[in-house]
Parts: sequence; C-alpha cells; structure tokens
Amino acid sequence: MHRIHILIAMDSHTLAQGARAVKDALLKDLSLAGLSDEVKVVETGSLGIYKKGVVLVVFPDNIYYTGVTVENVAEIVSEHIVKGRIVEKLKYSKAPGTEVKVQEKAPRFGKQLRVVLRNAGIIDPESIEEYIAHNGYEALGVALTEKKPNDILEQVKASDLQGRGGAFFPTGVKWGFAAREKAEQKYIICNADEGEPGTFKDRLILEGDPHAIIEGMALAGYAVGASKGFIYIRGEYHMSIARINRSIEQARENGLLGEKIFDTDFSFDIEVREGAGAYICGEETALIESIEGKRGEPRDKPPFPPSEGLWGKPTIVNNVETLANIPQIILNGPEWLQKLGTEASPGTKVFTLVGNINNPGLIEVPMGITLREIIYDIGEGIPQGNGFLLAQLGGTTGGILTAEQLDLPLDTDNLRKIGAGLGSGALLVVDDTHNVVEVVKNFVEFFNHESCGKCTLCREGTGRLYELLDKLVSGQGVLKDVDLIERLAKTMMTGAFCGLGQAAPVPILGCLKYFRQEFEKMVNTEQKSVSAVV
Amino acid sequence: MQDLKKVDDIAKKYAEMNTPLIYILKDVQKEFGYLSQPILTQVAQVTDIPLSEIYGVATFYSLFTTKPKGKHIVRCCNNAPCFVNGSKEVLEKIKEYLGIDTGETTEDALFTLEFTSCLGLCAVAPVMMVDDEVYGNLTPEKAVAILKDYKMKGSSNA
Ligand SMILES: Cc1cc2nc3c(=O)[nH]c(=O)nc-3n(C[C@H](O)[C@H](O)[C@H](O)COP(=O)(O)O)c2cc1C
Ligand code: FES
Repeated sequence: MHRIHILIAMDSHTLAQGARAVKDALLKDLSLAGLSDEVKVVETGSLGIYKKGVVLVVFPDNIYYTGVTVENVAEIVSEHIVKGRIVEKLKYSKAPGTEVKVQEKAPRFGKQLRVVLRNAGIIDPESIEEYIAHNGYEALGVALTEKKPNDILEQVKASDLQGRGGAFFPTGVKWGFAAREKAEQKYIICNADEGEPGTFKDRLILEGDPHAIIEGMALAGYAVGASKGFIYIRGEYHMSIARINRSIEQARENGLLGEKIFDTDFSFDIEVREGAGAYICGEETALIESIEGKRGEPRDKPPFPPSEGLWGKPTIVNNVETLANIPQIILNGPEWLQKLGTEASPGTKVFTLVGNINNPGLIEVPMGITLREIIYDIGEGIPQGNGFLLAQLGGTTGGILTAEQLDLPLDTDNLRKIGAGLGSGALLVVDDTHNVVEVVKNFVEFFNHESCGKCTLCREGTGRLYELLDKLVSGQGVLKDVDLIERLAKTMMTGAFCGLGQAAPVPILGCLKYFRQEFEKMVNTEQKSVSAVV
Repeated sequence: MQDLKKVDDIAKKYAEMNTPLIYILKDVQKEFGYLSQPILTQVAQVTDIPLSEIYGVATFYSLFTTKPKGKHIVRCCNNAPCFVNGSKEVLEKIKEYLGIDTGETTEDALFTLEFTSCLGLCAVAPVMMVDDEVYGNLTPEKAVAILKDYKMKGSSNA
C-alpha cells in the first residue's frame, strides 16, 4: 500500500519546462530516503496550470506545488513527505479541486465546466484501469449490448453536438450521411492534425484522456457501420503519438478493440497515421490524400467524405474533441448536453487561451460566456497592466474582436452576426504594446508559409499580401497599398479553392475594419503622392 | 557509397500497410539523413510508385528534406501566440549566435535553423524545438544558453 501519491503533470507544456528531470530527481530522492515503497509517483496529463513551471500534487493532502525544479525536489521530500510540513513557498494557492465531477464547478476553475477534460490531470492517462474506473468504456458496453446502431445515431443527432474541428457541422447529420451508404467498408477518421496556431486542446485531450477518443471512435464505428478507424496525428506531437499508441494496445488487450467486442458481432480496430508537417492536412480531404500516401492537397467537394472518402469509401472525419464528447452523450443522454451551454450552441467548449495573458492555457467553459469573463476572470488579465488591443478567436484564420465585443456572449449565432466564429477555439489576446499592422503581417507570414500551392489565388495572393504588409511595416508603403491589401483579401475570400485561402483574409479584413487608421498611419508620407507599385 | 539495400528493407517493413509512402520516406530519411535523388529513385523502384509522385510528396511536407542538414535541427516557432510573446527577438538572437539565416546550416554542420508552425505549446510561448526536444518560456539569452549546451556536447562527441 502506498501512503502518499504524488501526481506529476507530464504533458508537453511541463515537459518543455523540465518535468522529466524533476521526476527523475524525485524518484532518486525518494529512494535515497527509503520511501520508494510508501510513495508512488504517478504521471498524469495536464493539471490545468500553465506557465508556472513543473507542477505536482501530493495526495492525500491535496497540495499543489508549482515551479518545482530539480534543486527544490529534495526540500519537498525532506519537508513535506518525511515531516509532513508543507513547503509554503512552492505551494499553489489556487489549486483546482481534485474530483472535478461532471456538472460541478471546481474551485479554481470558477467559471469552467469540465466535460471533455473531466479526466485530464485526474487519471493516469497511461492506465486503462483508471479510465474504466471513471466509467470508461461503459458507454460502449451499453451501446453494443443493449442498443442498436441506429439508437446511437439518433442520440447523437438529438444532442445537436456540433463538430469541434472548426466548422461546427452537426455531428449526427454527418454520421447519418455515412450510415445510409451501402458499402462493404467504411472508415472513421479522427482528425488530430491540430495545426492551427494557438490551438492545443486536441494535444492535451490526446495526452490526458486518450481512451475517451478511442471509445468515441468505436461508438462512431458502431453507429455508421465502420470496422476500421484511423487517427491522423501531427508528426511533431511525439508524446501524443506514444500515448495513443499505448492506449490502443491496452484497449486491444482488454478486448475493447479488435474482433467481437463485448462478445457481440461488432469488430473495430484503429491505426495511427502520423503527419509529416503540413498545416493544410488538417483539412479533411487533404488529410485523406495524406493517409493515401500523397501530397496533402484538398479535393474537390462534392463528393463529400461521408459518401466517398478514404480509398473511395464512405468516411467520417471528426475532430478529437468531437469524438471525446461522444461517450458522455451516450452515458448521460442527449438532453444532458443541451442543458449545458446556450440554445444555439449546446455543450461546453474547450478554448486555448494564449498570447498576452497572465494565466494562459486550456479552459473548458459553457457556450455563451463573454470575452471579458475569459480574459479577466479565468485568464487573470493582461500582464504588466497593459491594455487590451484585440482578440482573435478561432486560430490564425479567425475573426477579430475588439474592446467593443468584450461583453458579447460567445456562441455561434452571436459570432456569426459579427463575422467571427469559434473555429478551433484558440483565443489569442494581443495587448496594446503591439502594432496592429505588424501583427497582421505575422498572420500573413503563416498563410504564406502554409499555402499548399494548389490554387493560384492563395499561393500568389498570400505572397503579394506579405510583400505589401512588409512594405508598410518598413515604411515604404503608400496609401494605395492599403486599398490593394483590402481588394486582394476580398478576391481571395471569394475565389480561393479551399478553406485556407477563403479564411485567410478574415483577420486581415477584420483588422482593416477596426483599425484602418493604424494602417494608414504606417504609410510613408513622402511617398503618399506616388502611385502604388507592386 | 550509401547502402541502398536498406531502402528495400524499410519498404518491406511496411508491406502490410495500405499506402505507406510517407512512412517509408520518414524511415529512409532517418536512416540516410536526407532524401537524395539516388535514394528516392530506389524508393520508386521498390514501391512501384512513379518517381515524380515521390518527389511531389518529398517536397510537400516540411518534415522531409532533399538536402543534407546539420546534426541538430533547431525549429523556431514564430506564429502569432509566440510572436506577441517575443519570439521575433528570440529568433534574431539565435540567428546572430549561429551566424545563419532560417533555412541555412552552420559551416561546422552542427545546426540547421528552420521555422516551424505552432507546436501547440503556446501556453509557454515562445517555443523552439531542437531535434525532438521542446523548450518553452524562452528569452533570447535562454535560447542561446540551450544552443551552447548542444554545441559543447557536439564538440566533445567529435
Ligand atoms: C485549412 C484547414 C485546416 C483545418 N485544420 C483542422 C485541424 O487541424 N483539425 C480539425 O479537427 N479540423 C481541421 N479542419 C476542419 C476539417 O476539414 C473538418 O471540418 C473537421 O475535421 C471535421 O470534424 P468535426 O465535424 O468533428 O468538426 C481544417 C479545415 C481547413 C479548411
Ligand atoms: S504559437 Fe508557438 S507554439 Fe503555438
């Protein structure tokens, strides 16, 4: 029996801050103190505390320590573990509750509500037993033994769950398209190519609760009649790849993937495919091309993947977060999801809060929350007392919000009215020490880098936009350049082949709408009379 | 001479997999360091995929390279969340320290400097990756200190 459990967050953020070395030091010090049998060190997913260095929790005392380094591990062991005295200087006062139950608000998380992230940082993601102990695979069991595929489909439809990959397409409707196709083979693809700047929700779900994704995929397979799934993960996400591979193995060993699951006629298995560094592969048809071993260029639509997708077969592509919602919907019923959030957007939404913010990181909140609540309550405001310039919602192709929209309830309807959307859920906060034009230039640098080159408008358009913005920033621009930027952006929006080129102009036009004077201020006054040369 | 037979072995490993080209190229690159023309030609032969298609794939994805690279690949993120937290200054300092621009390799072939798009580590921005290791909360000074470490290790191994 272990007297004490120490949970150490091992996610990509803490690893980037030295978590591995701290864990090694901890194990060493515990063993030196002869405590290895009494104290168990458990790796867990993100504990929801970011930018505060390496984080660990000591149970049963429920004490959170942040900023733990190799140097102060010895003190935690000798003081807290041996003598029971809390190391005050490392203690994190705003610690979250340990049991974050569904529909219950945890102390530190205040306005947060955890459904998709309910297990992240609470269970050991490498242990299928812990997932099962938290009702894991119960939904799959109930579905396979007590319900028909169509019941599952109807439940997902009734929940009105909308896809979390950015487009908010109703998941049940998409599944319905694939379910009615008659085909020998159908596929479920989990889109884990997360490449949208500022977005890392999928990464933390993959690292913190991998079995929820596997269970969600198996349920999708049952509902539409697919026996094979793929998880397409960004090649750079080393830790996510390792965790999901291990989880798939565990699920197979436990008979939860493979042939005749729960002794029924349903068989389902999952294969992981790694990406090789291309943002565009997050677009579902480009992703399919990539799994087929080709250049990841988007396909013409229609046909849409649910009728003709991977290797020409009916295919569902769903985002990681979408799939992680499924087991909960089956367990708790569709009405339960609708009770969360607003009428237009049921459920919770995972946001990644990034940029100039005191408390950045992953948060899960009910739809309908305001920007002010997210930035100033959950995010604890902007560093150094700087002012708020703008926020961008949904990733680098997302819409721009200014101080005017701080109190707007964030749901799909309200955002559509102002030409924005929740997109990938990235929420970038930019403070007023930044020049808008330089920020826009940075956005465009990304598009220019990631344009796949298939269509001329996007390939050339992003390049010319970058040149024009560079000209402005370096003081060579003329007034006409500002108009040209606007015209070019509008042309791309209507004429580009895929979502990348169509959406890239959104933040450019948004910034022009709210901050046109700032662009004009950058114009070189001496050249104002000279006509634009591009 | 490179032992092109290894290409055949790698391809064989994926015989069971549907459309494994990207996986084969990844492993081949790991083995040979980069994807040279003779290597790609060999891949075309063993997989029966047209060379033009293989080139198309090898030049499309940013994790593939058709040119030789340094021992360590430094990938800096300069996307918006890193940018507003000072990644530009970090990148400038790294360029100055290594004496190269992005896309280039140092003369001693120790480092290649590249851009990466967002690594999903924006909560600890700015961020860089050296080979498979990630480093967050960078300042220009911290970044240089990290690279110095690699340099020391690099020269002691040599
Ligand atoms: C340029 C571009 C990039 C995209 N990147 C992603 C991505 O990284 N992850 C994702 O889930 N969806 C991404 N999408 C959306 C997918 O095409 C698709 O709509 C989504 O995976 C469907 O899942 P959902 O219905 O569960 O939202 C992207 C779309 C475009 C146009
Ligand atoms: S923007 Fe640099 S890691 Fe996300």
